[in-house]
Amino acid sequence: MKKKVVSAMLSAVMAAGMLAGCGEAQVQQVAEAVQEAAQEVEKEAQETTAAAADTAQEAVSEAVEEVEDAVEEASAGGEGQVLNIYCWNEEFKSRVTDHYPGYTEVDGTHGTIGDVQVVWNITPSDDNAYQNNLDENLLKQADAAADDKIDLFLVEADYALKYVDTEYAMALADLGITDADVADQYEYTQSIVTDSNGNLKGSSWQACSAGLIYNREAAKEVIGSDDPADVQAAVADWAKFSETAKAAAAKGYKMCSVNDTYRVYSNNVSGKWVQDGAVVIDPNMENWVNDSMDLVQAGAENTYELWGDDWAKGKTPEGKIFCYFGPAWFFNFCLDFGQEGTIATDGGWGFCEGPQSYFWGGTWICAAAGTDNASLVKDIILTMTTDPAVLKEIAIADQDCVNSKTVLAELAASDEGNIELLGGQNPYAELAAGAEGIDLSNLSSYDQGCNEEFQAAMKNYFDGNASADEALAQFYTAIGEKYPELTVG
Amino acid sequence: MKKSNVVKYNKWGYIFLIPFLTVYGIFQLVPLISTVYNSFFENYRSGLTQIGPNFIGVQNYISIFSTGDLWKYFGNTMIMWVLGFVPQILISLLLGAWFSDPSLRLKCQRFFKTVIYMPNLIMASAFAMLFFTLFATTGPINSILQQLGIISQPYEFMNHVGSVRGLVAAMNCLMWFGNTTILLMAGMMGIDPSLFEAASVDGATATQTFFKITLPLLKPILIYVMITSLIGGLQMFDVPQILTNGTGDPMRTSMTLIMYLNKHLFSKNYGIGGALSVFLFIITAILSIIIFRFSGNRDAVQKKAK
Repeated sequence: MKKKVVSAMLSAVMAAGMLAGCGEAQVQQVAEAVQEAAQEVEKEAQETTAAAADTAQEAVSEAVEEVEDAVEEASAGGEGQVLNIYCWNEEFKSRVTDHYPGYTEVDGTHGTIGDVQVVWNITPSDDNAYQNNLDENLLKQADAAADDKIDLFLVEADYALKYVDTEYAMALADLGITDADVADQYEYTQSIVTDSNGNLKGSSWQACSAGLIYNREAAKEVIGSDDPADVQAAVADWAKFSETAKAAAAKGYKMCSVNDTYRVYSNNVSGKWVQDGAVVIDPNMENWVNDSMDLVQAGAENTYELWGDDWAKGKTPEGKIFCYFGPAWFFNFCLDFGQEGTIATDGGWGFCEGPQSYFWGGTWICAAAGTDNASLVKDIILTMTTDPAVLKEIAIADQDCVNSKTVLAELAASDEGNIELLGGQNPYAELAAGAEGIDLSNLSSYDQGCNEEFQAAMKNYFDGNASADEALAQFYTAIGEKYPELTVG
Repeated sequence: MKKSNVVKYNKWGYIFLIPFLTVYGIFQLVPLISTVYNSFFENYRSGLTQIGPNFIGVQNYISIFSTGDLWKYFGNTMIMWVLGFVPQILISLLLGAWFSDPSLRLKCQRFFKTVIYMPNLIMASAFAMLFFTLFATTGPINSILQQLGIISQPYEFMNHVGSVRGLVAAMNCLMWFGNTTILLMAGMMGIDPSLFEAASVDGATATQTFFKITLPLLKPILIYVMITSLIGGLQMFDVPQILTNGTGDPMRTSMTLIMYLNKHLFSKNYGIGGALSVFLFIITAILSIIIFRFSGNRDAVQKKAK
């Protein structure tokens, strides 16, 4: 009889173990329930005689049921089993796959962390598709089933304020992330995701200060040296840049695309795009238009759109492009390193600061309000954006300029920061200095739309299909369509 | 006795119509009415903030007409449609005549009919992407032309009004001529062969037969093709949208009405979007009636006169 009771108890415990989730809280609750059940069984076993075996058995099965109930309750009260991440490309996914401890990839859009299933919802940014999709789902967040709720979503600087300055993004403080946790990050990366009440609502693993990435072959031919200091001297301000561009044109090179220099100008504006509900064209944007037109007419710049096939030709020696403008992620993500016949594979690029300091892009991780995986979300944000060991790994493996002052200083001082595709140059000192100097007081939530439409409209002017005024009129038309609430023109 | 049978059968007619009417009501009629309804409201989204819906009467209509852009986009749409439709109908007539002429004894008819229909099976967006890559400034077409010595500098196809519109028209023509050919061929096969025989006995040439017999008798099908193509043309969207990356450049000369409508959907502007759709609906109706009146209904009118 005793044997029977013991084996029943054992099987009850086993069932409980199988049913239980992995969360510590759950295990504890289950353990308590099992203990209770075991006590009950023991008591009954002691009270009854051997003849009452049936009753004991009944008690055991009752106990098993109780355990099952307890397990169900425990999983309902604990964390969700599905972590939904919204993003627009593979970048963050590959960072998590490579560097987040315990992440296992299942297929292109699924993975697991422990028992939690990770679902990647990847929608490309083209034509605003990513934001449209995110908007729809955030607006439905309150009514969504726990497993369908967005837990993490990624934003870019251009439109971060659109999400951060709403209740849909959770303050990091509410997740239990303190100021001390993020103290090593660059300040500009935090000001982008701070809402109007001063709450920090996102965190990034990148510091995207950017510079001029030049083709060493072209630099030797045009300037006579490919040393970063010499090249920097030749592009130190816009006048010198323009001179060098024209010299490059004489040697059969194009300096870059007008759209490459755009962000350098647009980062150094004196006011916001939208002031008091009206669109304002900054003097520095006019400089961009005039300088670019001058260089296009001189045959020194082209008007290719970023990311297009024509623009990408410059990554090979046949493309005859003098430089690209870009931050550290550009090295790893955009220069086709490792592909046959690219300049990057031959280590043929160099890096210098360029005419004006600026930043480009970067990806911020935000926690969606209403997440059912708060502690996992907290851990992902902390591990991916503040853990110095992980950040250093990312910097070395992926050449990201990571968001940590100490790691960047370490890299700048050691050979670990030498980058193969830059011909062994160590760009981290320049990148760190740039990140310290970025001023983001002129961001607005309309930046993305305004920047895109301004470049698109001005392309007509550069291509000779419209006068400057006509192109400007088209910009205003496009803004009127995108943001009906703004006054334009 | 007979009469009541007819009534009984009529009942079945109505019952068989129910599925169509239900589907039509849910997917066509309700959206149609709600579009009209929406066009009288201010209703858009700024960031994550919803503005409206507020009733503003015909303000949306006033604002789309006051800028004058609407007629420009309407013009673009019609120009690109005509550029594509004229060669399309000519090629289709020729191919249709050849395919349906038994005296030619064309071999592998089935194969060719399938091949000319093929482009229609490719997604328009994939087709547009293909052309975008082919005609890029550093793309294969430019390098072939340069290597043949026809041009010395790459021609920027996407920066010139004519070439962009031409490419859109060419793509539409390529995609739809097979479909039109099949339709016209069906029409031609439906013509009584004794007419052709009589013509050949009377010594008519092939050209005469085509213009005096085939074309006049093909009119109902031709009108059908024209109206459906016109409606398709007015709704032209995917090809120019992908080819110009949604900008309709240069200077929006290749922006169609639907692309313009799409611009307003960035801010989920259902009010202006609704007003534009209603405008498009009315224009389509008017143009269809015009075509119908001018080319189609002459026979009917004559019959009435008799």
